[in-house]
Amino acid sequence: MSTSAEFIWDHIMLKVSGIHSYYGRAHILSEISLEVGRGEILALLGRNGAGKSTTMKSIIGLVPPAKGTIEFLGENIQGMPPFMIARKGLGYVPEDRRIFAALSILENLEVGRQPERQGAPYWTLERLFDLFPNLAELRDRPGGHISGGEQQMLTIARTLMGNPSAILLDEPSEGLAPVIVEKMIETIMTLKSEGLSVILSEQNLSFASYVADRATIIEKGQIRYEGTIDELQKNPDVRNAYLSV
Amino acid sequence: MGFYIVQFLTGLSSASALFLVASGLSIIFGVTRIVNFTHGSFYMLGAFIAYSLVGVLDGFFGFWISVILSAMAVGLIAVLMEMLILRRIYQAPELFQLVATFGPILIIQDLALDIWGPEDLFGASAPGMDGAITIMGTPMPEYDLALIALSAVVLGGLWLLFNKTRWGTLVRAATEDRDMISALGVNQKWLFTGVFFLGSFLAALGGAAQVPKGGASLIMDFEILAPIFVVVVIGGMGSIPGAFMAALLISELNVFGILVWPESTLVLMFLVMAVVLILRPWGLFGKPEAPGQHGQVGAPEQPYRPLSRKANTLFAAVLGLLLVLPVFASDFSLVLVMDMVVLSLFAASIHFLMGPGGMVSFGHAAYFGGGAYAVALITSHFELPMEVAFFMGPLGACALALLFGWFCVRRSGVYLAMLTLAFAQVAWSVVFQWGELTGGDDGIIGIWPSPWLGSKAAYYYFTLFFGVGGIMVLRRTLFTPFGYAMRACRDSALRSASIGIDVNRQQWLAFAFSGALAGLAGSLFVYSKGSIFPDEMSLARSFDGLIMVLLGGVKTLAGPVAGASAFTWLDDVISRLDYWRVILGSLIILIVLAFPQGIAGFFRERFGVWFGQETDT
Amino acid sequence: MTDMGLAVRSLEKSFGGVIAVNNLNFDLPVGQLLALIGPNGAGKSTSFNILNGQLKPTSGTVKFKGVELVGLSPKEIWRHGVGRTFQITATYASMTVCENVQMALLSYHRRLYSLLPIAARLYREEALALLEHVGMVDQENRPCSVLAYGDLKRVELAVALANNPTLLLMDEPTAGMAPKERIELMALTNKIVNERGISVLFTEHDMDVVFTHADRIIVLDRGTLVAEGTPEEVRNDEHVRRIYLGSHHA
Repeated sequence: MSTSAEFIWDHIMLKVSGIHSYYGRAHILSEISLEVGRGEILALLGRNGAGKSTTMKSIIGLVPPAKGTIEFLGENIQGMPPFMIARKGLGYVPEDRRIFAALSILENLEVGRQPERQGAPYWTLERLFDLFPNLAELRDRPGGHISGGEQQMLTIARTLMGNPSAILLDEPSEGLAPVIVEKMIETIMTLKSEGLSVILSEQNLSFASYVADRATIIEKGQIRYEGTIDELQKNPDVRNAYLSV
Repeated sequence: MGFYIVQFLTGLSSASALFLVASGLSIIFGVTRIVNFTHGSFYMLGAFIAYSLVGVLDGFFGFWISVILSAMAVGLIAVLMEMLILRRIYQAPELFQLVATFGPILIIQDLALDIWGPEDLFGASAPGMDGAITIMGTPMPEYDLALIALSAVVLGGLWLLFNKTRWGTLVRAATEDRDMISALGVNQKWLFTGVFFLGSFLAALGGAAQVPKGGASLIMDFEILAPIFVVVVIGGMGSIPGAFMAALLISELNVFGILVWPESTLVLMFLVMAVVLILRPWGLFGKPEAPGQHGQVGAPEQPYRPLSRKANTLFAAVLGLLLVLPVFASDFSLVLVMDMVVLSLFAASIHFLMGPGGMVSFGHAAYFGGGAYAVALITSHFELPMEVAFFMGPLGACALALLFGWFCVRRSGVYLAMLTLAFAQVAWSVVFQWGELTGGDDGIIGIWPSPWLGSKAAYYYFTLFFGVGGIMVLRRTLFTPFGYAMRACRDSALRSASIGIDVNRQQWLAFAFSGALAGLAGSLFVYSKGSIFPDEMSLARSFDGLIMVLLGGVKTLAGPVAGASAFTWLDDVISRLDYWRVILGSLIILIVLAFPQGIAGFFRERFGVWFGQETDT
Repeated sequence: MTDMGLAVRSLEKSFGGVIAVNNLNFDLPVGQLLALIGPNGAGKSTSFNILNGQLKPTSGTVKFKGVELVGLSPKEIWRHGVGRTFQITATYASMTVCENVQMALLSYHRRLYSLLPIAARLYREEALALLEHVGMVDQENRPCSVLAYGDLKRVELAVALANNPTLLLMDEPTAGMAPKERIELMALTNKIVNERGISVLFTEHDMDVVFTHADRIIVLDRGTLVAEGTPEEVRNDEHVRRIYLGSHHA
């Protein structure tokens, strides 16, 4: 196992230490630890069912971990309900998008709106519409009546309305046409340049390699590898063992 | 001409209360996904409190202040219930939350009886609005016009609230995905509480506002449930304009229908519902439910395996005990055990439909009582021998279930459940009102078994044979292709349709099968009591059945039997006490909070390994 | 055009004035894998739902082995030998793997209303043979609710084969799978198709899967067919690159 010691981040945003999570009696995650610095992008890689989504849901509080600690901006958020964690500035974009289909795009964005936050980029509707020009044209359209790619953009925009300083992106490229995937890469790089920290989960190493600084591989609810994305790309043994590329 | 205008306005005004109460139910369901049966009780409580307040506060303003205060008070009571009970079980299986709302119904019934007494209270007319205005020569009560204005104000107010405020946007978002809004920083706890307040406020407002027209009585709580469920089904769940249009449609049909055919009102309601469901299956303003939206929460059921040897031994032991019981038990205990067996069969028939079938019936007493009435009617009108008449129970109930079920299975989830309730209420009303045929409230008496079954012990064995036999038939059917296909339709209607299963027909026949076995329980019941009264078809009886199943646990096949036995025993012990409803209601709430998996589910979780239940995760 | 395959002619579907499928024509000869690709909202799902009878087209015809499918119910279409798998797996969570396949066989053998036999004992051998085909026989007794996603997809494939289909409609067969699983599943599909002489129409967003496994590709955009051809032809189509493929797959 290797660690990324060559790059010291000036500020740890989110630090997950040894969490264990359960669905009913099923032990899904064991001893998961992660950290991500300001403006850093961490890719959480692994197969379907490896525990990537559960890790994200545990961090945001939807599946509260039974053991371990989660620190966000130096504060322990483990055990807090999701809405309090979100209000601290941690955004969550679920894999199945979960757009409010009957609400217009503007109303979808309204649900995500939170007050301006110190030390985090501030998003107005205008800024978001600059980033996602398609949404501006469709602002009064119900969320259920836009294409899958537009929904994926909307779900990110909705989370940004909460002015987060870090976001969790669960499988952002899944089910998207190749051209939209390219746009997604641009969008994530824009967020990084704004100083946002991002944890994104992916099954697909090639997508992650365009955006991520570091990668963590999960298999059967445990961490199997940690390193920079470059190291991972040069290590075919690890890739073959866990990512089945 | 004036007459028709007045008649139309009268319909509009009686739509008012219906709209207020139904929209409240719809709003609460939308966000919390709980069909709040206590809603009818809040409506009743609104009327009672307003009745008392009007006695204290005088004049035109006093009256309206009473109405508002009463609605606020009930809203606060509802908030209390939400915070103390419902908040703890939002994560529990959806159906189990239903039971939690039965407890408060019983408690409120006893408290209202204690405070306001058993007599119906007649409300004084509203001060300043007790006159009538004349429209083209026909008088029109002023208060009716006030009610129309009230519902217009509420309709407009709700529209503004939901479409023009942030709170309203959040509520609509929560209606679609409550976990997601929480992950976006919205405190859903208080949103739920707020919604519960608003919905219950509307129920009580409806109750309070109709005091000058209808007064207040102890049967208001159940009486309103069927009409508001019909309104919600016709209008489309979650649609407030839909609730308004449906309330209007039903009320107008009532006031005009009564001119043409006075006894027609119930039949009309039934016909309207049928026509709307055929033309617009999702209601006037409703949208199709996403598949699986009302699925079970939590881990899916395990595949069925044959009983382990230990479980078989336990079953044999219980059966052996039941067989030798008459040797040492008193007649009195035999009657209690017979009740347990009969109600176990009834509960098992509900469970069959609700658990493996995925179709929740809120009105299964229609088939239990329907079977009993089929036996009683055929016996009293044709003097058939018991040996023949007995089988009219399952047959009659099956026919009724075929009729009602045809409509019900066209919908799923909560809509299906509401339809079953509405149909059951229609059946009950027919029995209750058609006195010449059914004896109405006096019931049908003198239905006794043949002489060879005359002794308690003989009839006990007869009951045991058909009761336990019926339960075993239900259980075995689950393992047959018919039972598997039914479960397949529940697990995935999409997959079932794509492998050539006619989902509607499969569910329709399952519905009828379950109805027939409820009817068998009804047959056993009528001969054990010698009589049948409309109560056995009432909503209260349907709810008893649901409580038994849910207390026992939906995911276990032994659940309904355990639940029915426990419930019957409990009912027997405490129904002789004062305030037994308060006690029973509190017990139900306590059990719900303590065993969110049901009694049998709890034992299975604790001791399942001992009985050879496999777990594979 | 062959009488044995699928022939879609002038298919149109509009929802309240919005055209979802616009004058769609294509053929699918026996034994071919035809990929249907295009941006989200291009009309792929609508076309699928028309082919399998869930939606009625506004106009047009769908002939399969010479039989007109338009106007038939999903059940009747299934009886004509059209199987389907779903983008998000739809299996019976409360049944075992083997029972899932048995369920399809019970339907195929018209035993759904049988009240006497024990279902789990019927057509077990047949079901196990199908599971053998997709490599799931060793997990036949596990509940579907605990299977890994890739295995669920295999079960679905076995279920879809239960009525001896000659046409399989597969909606994003590899969605949600890891790259290696994708290749394995499609290789399996390829093998079965060849052995049994089945035609496959599938939608897919993974271009590696499409370009490796499809015999031919048709591209839809806003309900209209914009390109058709071999993988090589489609890959080099300027218009397809602009609206769908982007630069990475050039």
